[in-house]
This record gives sequence, C-alpha cells and structure tokens, in this order.
Amino acid sequence: MTIGIVVFPGSNCDRDVQWALEGCLERPTRFLWHEERDLTGLDAVVLPGGFSYGDYLRCGAIARFAPVLEEVRQFAAGGGPVLGICNGFQVLTEMGLLPGALTRNRDLHFLCEPAPLEVQPGACRWLQNYGAGEHITLPIAHGEGRYQVEPEELRRLEAEGCVVLRYAANPNGSVGDVAGLSNPEGNVLGLMPHPERACDPQTGGIDGLRLLAAAMG
Amino acid sequence: MPLFHARVQVSLRPSVLDPAGEATRAAAGRLGVEGVRRLRIGKAIEVELEAPDPATARAQLELLSDRLLANPVIEDWSLDVREAG
Repeated sequence: MTIGIVVFPGSNCDRDVQWALEGCLERPTRFLWHEERDLTGLDAVVLPGGFSYGDYLRCGAIARFAPVLEEVRQFAAGGGPVLGICNGFQVLTEMGLLPGALTRNRDLHFLCEPAPLEVQPGACRWLQNYGAGEHITLPIAHGEGRYQVEPEELRRLEAEGCVVLRYAANPNGSVGDVAGLSNPEGNVLGLMPHPERACDPQTGGIDGLRLLAAAMG
Repeated sequence: MPLFHARVQVSLRPSVLDPAGEATRAAAGRLGVEGVRRLRIGKAIEVELEAPDPATARAQLELLSDRLLANPVIEDWSLDVREAG
C-alpha cells in the first residue's frame, strides 16, 4: 500500500508531498522518476507542484511526453486515483486527462497566499472526506493558475459535477471560480491549491490532511 | 533528404484573456505611443525539418504545431513552410 510521487526535472513540491503523506499521515511513498515505467504496487499517484522541464513552451507541455505519464494514463484509465497539484494540474490538462488549460493569472502577479475554497465533492474520491458545500482554506502559489475553458464546456463540467473546488474569492480570474476539477469518474483530481502545505499544524491549517488521507481510500 | 524551414506562429485564441499583452499595451502609452488599441502576445517558433517531400514536411509540421507547439484549448497556430536551398 504505497503512494507514488512523480518527480520531473524541475518538480519542487515532491518532498513536501512526501512529508505530508509519510510525516503527517504515516503512509508509505515511492518517488517515480519521470523516466520510470513501473507503477506496480502503487495505490495512488501524485503529480506534485513545481516547474517541470522549466515550464518551457507552456506549463506541463513537455512533461506530458514523459515516459512515466504513459503509465499514469493507463493507471487512471483503470480507475487508479491520480492527484495533480498545481503544476501537476497543469500537466493533467496538457495530457487531456482533465479538460481546459491553466493560463497566466489575470493580474500577472505570482500569488502566494491562503485561498478560501468551497468544496463540492460529488463523486470525487479525493474529496470524500469533506462535506458538500464545506469551506476550507488551502495555500495557493502560482503565476499561471487561471483556469480557462470555453463557456459551453464549463457549463457541461458544472452539470456533470466536475467542478469540485471553487475559490470563495477568485484570486486569479479563473472562469467559474474553478480551483479544482475532477473527472466524471472521480478518480482524477487536479487543483491549483496545495493540500500538502496544509497538513502539519506547525505550519498553519490542516485542511489538506483529509484530501491526502483519501489516497488510501 | 530535403530540408524545410518553417515558422509556426502561435497566438492566444481571441476569447482568452492576455494580461501580459494588456500590461505591454499600457507600457506603450508610457513610452508616448498613444494609439495602441490592441496588443496580443504570441510566439513565433522556427523549425528546420528534414522530410522526403513537401507534403510530408507539411503533415509533420502540422502534427507538431497542433500537438506540441500550441495548445488548441487556448491557442491558434499558423504555419509557413519553405524548402531550403
């Protein structure tokens, strides 16, 4: 029972995720280098934040072609839980596992602050430990987190219950206040806020703990 | 094998906000250029590609543009190809 944490060149939240899972939740983890193809024995996979491949071309654009992600795509297709945090969310949209794209923040600023959020877990297994309409606070830290999708696609996502996390006070201009998105099956979640930075009471809130705890079902 | 030079122009789709373009437009005013009504920032990517013939070159470059160089969710692209030499 182990959680895989993908490490790209330029990932920088991989050890934070490891600390949250091992240090705070006592769950075993295994780092998956971007060239690795062996996902055997893993119960969930986390794509952490950072600047994979220097964010060259577009955030997540080069990471999409990493060998490990071919395996992650199959893992997700088989119902395996996959979590993409910040840059990991950007990678999931570039892979097409989640629709839309993350673009430059409306006001151009890199935002590093606590973000109040509303949770609508629906079928999302990563959010099963939260109540519908629950308000939580998680830190955000991004320059390109403005979720963009065409209006008709946004309506479809809302109707299907895929918009599982919304900003209570939209910081970056995301359409529909989208902070996090699930696939309809509920096993893939991408979000811009950092749950792994809200797990240890010594560093502030622990609203992210229940999200990462869901990795093991 | 013949060599082809290509220039791929990637631009944000009209419906996508371009805050960097807006900030640059505002700076144009501070430079004293007052007439800039619209400024959108894209990318120009230069590619040299070997291919057996022009049709293959174009097909490869279209694939490259659509699947890697641009993200069709937020960007449009156009392609200019010429054979070198």
